[in-house]
Amino acid sequence: MLDTAVTTLLNVDKVSQVFTTGSGESRKPVLDNVSMSLKTGEIVALLGRSGCGKSTLLRIISGLIHPTEGTITISGEEVTGPAEDVAMVFQSFALFPWLDVLDNVEIGPRANGVPVEETRQRALKAIDTIGLDGFESAYPKELSGGMRQRVGFARALVMQPKILLMDEPFSALDVLTAETLRTDLLDLWQEGRMPIKSILMVTHNIEEAVLMSDRILVLSSNPGRIASEIAVTIPHPRDRLDPDFRALVDRIYALMTQRPDPTKHPAPATSLGLAMSLPLVSTNSLAGMLEEIAAPPYNGKADLPHLADSLALEIDDLFPLGETLQLLKLAEFEEGDIKLTPLGQRFVDMDVDQRKKVLGEQLLANIPLASHIKRVLDERPSHRAPATRFREELEDYMSEDYADRTLRAIINLGRYGELFAYDENAQTFSYENPQ
Amino acid sequence: MLNSIASAGRRVLPNQWDLIAFAAIMAVLTAVAQSYHGISAPLPAPNEPVISLDYSNLPYYALRTALRMFAALAASLVFTFTYAALAAKSRRAEMVLIPILDILQSVPILGFLSFTVTFFLGLFPGNTLGAELAAIFAIFTSQAWNMAFSLYQSLRTVPRDLDEVARGFRLTGWQKFWQLEAPYAMPGLIWNTMMSMSGGWFFVVASEAITVGDTTITLPGVGSYIAKANDEGNWSAIGAAVLTMGIVILLYDQLLFRPIVAWADKFKVELSESQDVGSSWVLNLLQRTYWIRLGARPVFEALRAISLLPIRFPRFLERRRSEEEQHPSRIADALWILVVLAVAAWAAWLTVTYIATEVGWDEVLHVFVLTTYTLIRVLVLIFLASIIWVPISVWIGLRPRWAEAIQPIAQFLAAFPVNLLFGATVSLVLAFNLNTNIWLSFLIIFGTQWYIVFNTIGGAAAFPNDLREAATNFRVHGWQWWKQVMLPGIAPYYLTGAITASGGSWNASIVAEYVKWKDHTVTAQGVGSYIAEATDKGDFPKIVLGVAMMSIFVTLLNRLFWRQLYGYAERRLRL
Repeated sequence: MLDTAVTTLLNVDKVSQVFTTGSGESRKPVLDNVSMSLKTGEIVALLGRSGCGKSTLLRIISGLIHPTEGTITISGEEVTGPAEDVAMVFQSFALFPWLDVLDNVEIGPRANGVPVEETRQRALKAIDTIGLDGFESAYPKELSGGMRQRVGFARALVMQPKILLMDEPFSALDVLTAETLRTDLLDLWQEGRMPIKSILMVTHNIEEAVLMSDRILVLSSNPGRIASEIAVTIPHPRDRLDPDFRALVDRIYALMTQRPDPTKHPAPATSLGLAMSLPLVSTNSLAGMLEEIAAPPYNGKADLPHLADSLALEIDDLFPLGETLQLLKLAEFEEGDIKLTPLGQRFVDMDVDQRKKVLGEQLLANIPLASHIKRVLDERPSHRAPATRFREELEDYMSEDYADRTLRAIINLGRYGELFAYDENAQTFSYENPQ
Repeated sequence: MLNSIASAGRRVLPNQWDLIAFAAIMAVLTAVAQSYHGISAPLPAPNEPVISLDYSNLPYYALRTALRMFAALAASLVFTFTYAALAAKSRRAEMVLIPILDILQSVPILGFLSFTVTFFLGLFPGNTLGAELAAIFAIFTSQAWNMAFSLYQSLRTVPRDLDEVARGFRLTGWQKFWQLEAPYAMPGLIWNTMMSMSGGWFFVVASEAITVGDTTITLPGVGSYIAKANDEGNWSAIGAAVLTMGIVILLYDQLLFRPIVAWADKFKVELSESQDVGSSWVLNLLQRTYWIRLGARPVFEALRAISLLPIRFPRFLERRRSEEEQHPSRIADALWILVVLAVAAWAAWLTVTYIATEVGWDEVLHVFVLTTYTLIRVLVLIFLASIIWVPISVWIGLRPRWAEAIQPIAQFLAAFPVNLLFGATVSLVLAFNLNTNIWLSFLIIFGTQWYIVFNTIGGAAAFPNDLREAATNFRVHGWQWWKQVMLPGIAPYYLTGAITASGGSWNASIVAEYVKWKDHTVTAQGVGSYIAEATDKGDFPKIVLGVAMMSIFVTLLNRLFWRQLYGYAERRLRL
């Protein structure tokens, strides 16, 4: 945008969000004391992993959710309900399947009392800008993902918002389509052809954030906090192979794989280590990743962006794998790289039975929940224990969702390591496997 | 075509809310019965039109019958859009309305007839309008609960992102309802409406000719025609009526059911093209004819403008998900629950004292035994029908050509009101002097077995080809093939059919256990004949008792048996 008068459009002041669960007892903090601002003429990316509350923050800004604490102001006015000056583009496109493209684009102005004729003109202009001419009478079902998201953009632009909010707008698209849409959007933005003043986008794609935005806010998870702010000064059009670009991507990878500083937010002392939530990953992927890192060209140490690229993994897949390997002491993160430990190195050359044995041992040694389950099974004469028992213990330290995920993760890992058996129908842990 | 049980998603075991709802419903019945108790004089008889067995009257009768159906449909839609919308939008209303709906689904509709007839005749003494309304109400009760459930379910599951779009664009309650919620609910609602309407033919026929105590009501329609033909034992008239009904249902199927279901497909939210889009030549014709489209456009434009009027709903109806996630007022909730409990307790007390003073506890025990007979009848017949039809349906379903041809026939047969044939069938029972307790039982499943057939065909047709190939490849055959391959694969579909059939069979028992042919009345021991006989005599306390007992049995059977099975099948066996 060529608007020179730089003013603060949006101000987020000390926003916290806590969701109360159904019973009203356990409270799950999603966002913790988040402050940020958005100025005229800039694109800001909120970068974080799934579950870090970045989408919640976007919904709070748009007025769809009331924050538990803190305030949002847009152009100096406090947001109390769905805000007028913002429009959102959704990851899932969120198009009304029973309306054709034109009707989908027109629904906003029509609902807000814009006269029919003016609505039509604005809609046609937005459709033209976004490159949807000729598709006016098509239904979303008939369109490809890329075209659907273009409708999503046109629908947002026709509202003539000051701020365009984008919730992972390209992540449901294939790689080629996503890239086309990104560049088209950047071109429109650079040329000032969109009736908007700034863009706030949520993404978990590091390269996308570096490619598009002027500023990146990295959110940490559980609860969401702004961990760091990075200005991107690389001139447009940006080249992904440019050394500056690569360096910045590397730096962000390193930032996001840093171990949390335990002095800042210590875990409760009484937790027996059960406060550790586990990501749900497949044991095949774990082994596959170890093998990939061990093999050339990495030979035991891989640059994360490269690894993500060669395995075609998003960070939401890559980080959980890496973290699980780190927990099991098979690999560790190091400044934006991932490195095999000596045990990890040996693991790669083992046969299936040995691998199972090693994984079982590592689970018992490093994951308190695994040893806890085993101890309970050992203590009981029947050697059986209901899953609810452990679920409740976990829920003392984490939300229901996380407890459930952690439990499923340990069942999966424990089955592979042959630590215990689990009967899904009876929801019971035991040592009994069919002989 | 995929069918699903609208209420199956709900928790399985009866809870206090169900008891409350049950008490309230029974209390209303009791109140109606009580208010007419003691009127020993015959109720004012309407100007009774004479039914003539002349064939030339049949088209007119068929028209009258069909009009009743549509009047009931209109009433059901109005009910659905108010009741379900209220339940979905207001949390406190939901606490009461939904259990009531759930119990109402299990109350035998034909048991209602006597109450409603009495009630509506009282409203319009000496006028056929009362009788008409009673018949329409009977059909209404066969449709409305199911439809309301479907709409409620849809309104509660509107996709979050679409909801956010609507709120982000600041749509008012009215705009959001017509732009988002109603269209989203459309496929489910239309499917349930059309299925309910299919079931409704049974009730319209049953409610046209009915005797409550000294009052006999005969409304011009195919049902009355057949009643008279049964009285006279006139075989050719029965044949003509059956043929007429067949034509009516065929027209309904082709001109209404199929076009609307095919049209509703555009409201499905899954963005991928669904595989089995029902097609309808009528819809194609309408959509491709230029002048019809031209004529329809201003209508649609006007409707769209109305749907976009900026009408706001009262605040308490604009339920926000985020607010719900925060803190509902606990004190207000507690007060509300207290009020509901008080009303329910009073209602339960009313019912119990009524039954205790009017019929006594011996009678309760007697009815309990009778209901057990009917329960055994229903379960045995569902079992028999399954043994016979599941293998046949699977065979058909695995052959797409056959399935395509037979599926509509099964749907047609399910809609056909077989009670038209009860009299004629009973003449056979009489002629061969058969045991009525056994042979009348088969009437119960006559009309409802087709639900098992077409759902199972649908399931077998949807069975993944790769699994079949795998089974063949590993030479799985015989009983193992059924047990480990096919039966688990069709289970959710089969259960949908069996649950519908079970519900329908309970209702059918009221007509099937008590059949008239010429001057004979043939009965089988059971709660159905108990209710039917009490209706004939106008004995309201016994009707209340019978209906209550049957409702309890049906509710428990649904909760403890069918929904458990269905829940298991949905969780473990849905492919």
